[in-house]
Amino acid sequence: MLRLLSIEFHKFKYSKASKVLSFIYFVLLSAIALFSIIKFNIGPIKFHLAEMGIFNFPYIWHFNTYIAAILKFFLLLVIVSMISNEYSYKTLKQNLIDGLSKKEFILSKFYMVVAFALISTLFVFFTSLILGILYSDYNEFTIIFSDLEYLLAFFIKLVGFFSLGLFFGILVKRSAFAIGAILVWLLAENIFKGYLYWAFRNNNNTDETVNTIMQFLPLEALSNLIKEPFSKLNAIKTAAHQIGETITKSYDVEITTIAIVLTWTFIFIYSSYILLKKRDL
Amino acid sequence: METLLSLNKLNKKYGQIHAVNNLSFDIVKGNIYGILGPNGSGKSTTLGIILNVINKTSGDYTWFNNSISPIEALKKVGAIIERPNFYPDMTATQNLALICKIKGVAKSKINEKLKIVNLFERKDSNFSTFSLGMKQRLAIASALLNDPEILILDEPTNGLDPQGIHEIRQIIKTIATNGTTILLASHLLDEVEKICSHVIVIRNGKKLYSGLVNEMTASKGILELKVDTNQQKLLELLETHTAIDKVSTNNNTYVATLNKDVSAAEINQYLFNKGVILSQLIKRKPSLEQQFLDLTNNN
Repeated sequence: MLRLLSIEFHKFKYSKASKVLSFIYFVLLSAIALFSIIKFNIGPIKFHLAEMGIFNFPYIWHFNTYIAAILKFFLLLVIVSMISNEYSYKTLKQNLIDGLSKKEFILSKFYMVVAFALISTLFVFFTSLILGILYSDYNEFTIIFSDLEYLLAFFIKLVGFFSLGLFFGILVKRSAFAIGAILVWLLAENIFKGYLYWAFRNNNNTDETVNTIMQFLPLEALSNLIKEPFSKLNAIKTAAHQIGETITKSYDVEITTIAIVLTWTFIFIYSSYILLKKRDL
Repeated sequence: METLLSLNKLNKKYGQIHAVNNLSFDIVKGNIYGILGPNGSGKSTTLGIILNVINKTSGDYTWFNNSISPIEALKKVGAIIERPNFYPDMTATQNLALICKIKGVAKSKINEKLKIVNLFERKDSNFSTFSLGMKQRLAIASALLNDPEILILDEPTNGLDPQGIHEIRQIIKTIATNGTTILLASHLLDEVEKICSHVIVIRNGKKLYSGLVNEMTASKGILELKVDTNQQKLLELLETHTAIDKVSTNNNTYVATLNKDVSAAEINQYLFNKGVILSQLIKRKPSLEQQFLDLTNNN
């Protein structure tokens, strides 16, 4: 495993495009901190985002992982391009001739995926911790380290999403087309969702039925892992309450969603292997 | 004699196309083998199969008498295929370091191998700045990193200028004198004739000949004959002669392939007795090229 990781890291270290994209990614991740300085002072209206409670423990875990997950597309580009480049430079062929097995090749890419996800998670953990300590209203130890399951969900979300990228990279072999294929897939899931709404339009609980089916699709499952945190904010809740809406929604990370995402991760990695095994290079 | 690689009835089909057809041969340690065949004859496909990048349809092959798994075997093999494939953003040294990691060999070999292929001065240049000849030499260096028991080269001089071809051939000869077994695929007869001791001729995926290069060229020879008149009679006489296999015409010159040892004098006497007077008679050994064309056309 260490051998495969070191092979992969060697490839990453000397790939300019990957380094630049990853650098941008981590800069943007750190930029979450910039939310703290959003301040409006228009006469009597004072608006300071950090004081709205978004950096309160444990809410910050939810908020930051949700925002950080949006940035995962940058790393997706790195992953997809590192895989499709192996095809276009024919280095995949050379690696195999040099004695790397097809299984080891897929594993080395998967380890890279896990490593990227892990580093991102740690990065988000530390930025959030620092931001929280600076701005949170609650600083008790037990509160700080509660709700950490959002970080686990974040990690699984990245692993799942990058595995999907890995699969499409192997399948399509060209980075631009692979990204295109992922977008087409996203579109297809949404069209399917629309179709479900239409098909069950006469049901009593359309929403529920549609979501029960949709939760099994990969991209939907990925987005279900960390639910939007905005309506959980006290300020928003109060506002909603004032206009007569009560938000009763579960924001928890659900075990079933984790299981679905992990299953898809396995399917993506295993199919990548089968695909590579069957293919003549 | 130790068999390094053995192919047994190997087949590869791409739909209707039978790229490798029932191919069997053995590679014995210490020899230099050439796989000779026209473009598209299945040379690269065969090498692709034994190097684990192309899936066979049927048949099998074994490395080192099956003493180790095919993947482990490849770590004891050095191979370059068609084009040199490296990471463009890495320097020569960085590319070789990666291969050291894959093959599990010490990085200390890198400089030594770069010196063999005369790339030591350029070791810190990016691969993308290399000329084709340099890329090909780097590929040879990479194949040598693990001091392979057998070196497989697929069209190593393809696309190179005469200078580059010469350099690569010199390098191959140097490696061969150190006792490394070499398997060289080529469509250039001249190359095989110059470098190899054994040859396997394939066409349309079928083996046409395998054996020593010397024996392939050591046929009974050919006669080139010319007459000023009586062409028709000469042709008839040649075709009925028992020592002559076949006759072909080439610019008024008749080329007779012999199947027995006969001297030019005997043929001359025979034709003279029958009333045909030759204006030219040459007996010579056919070149490998001639042999190759005969083999590939007749089968």
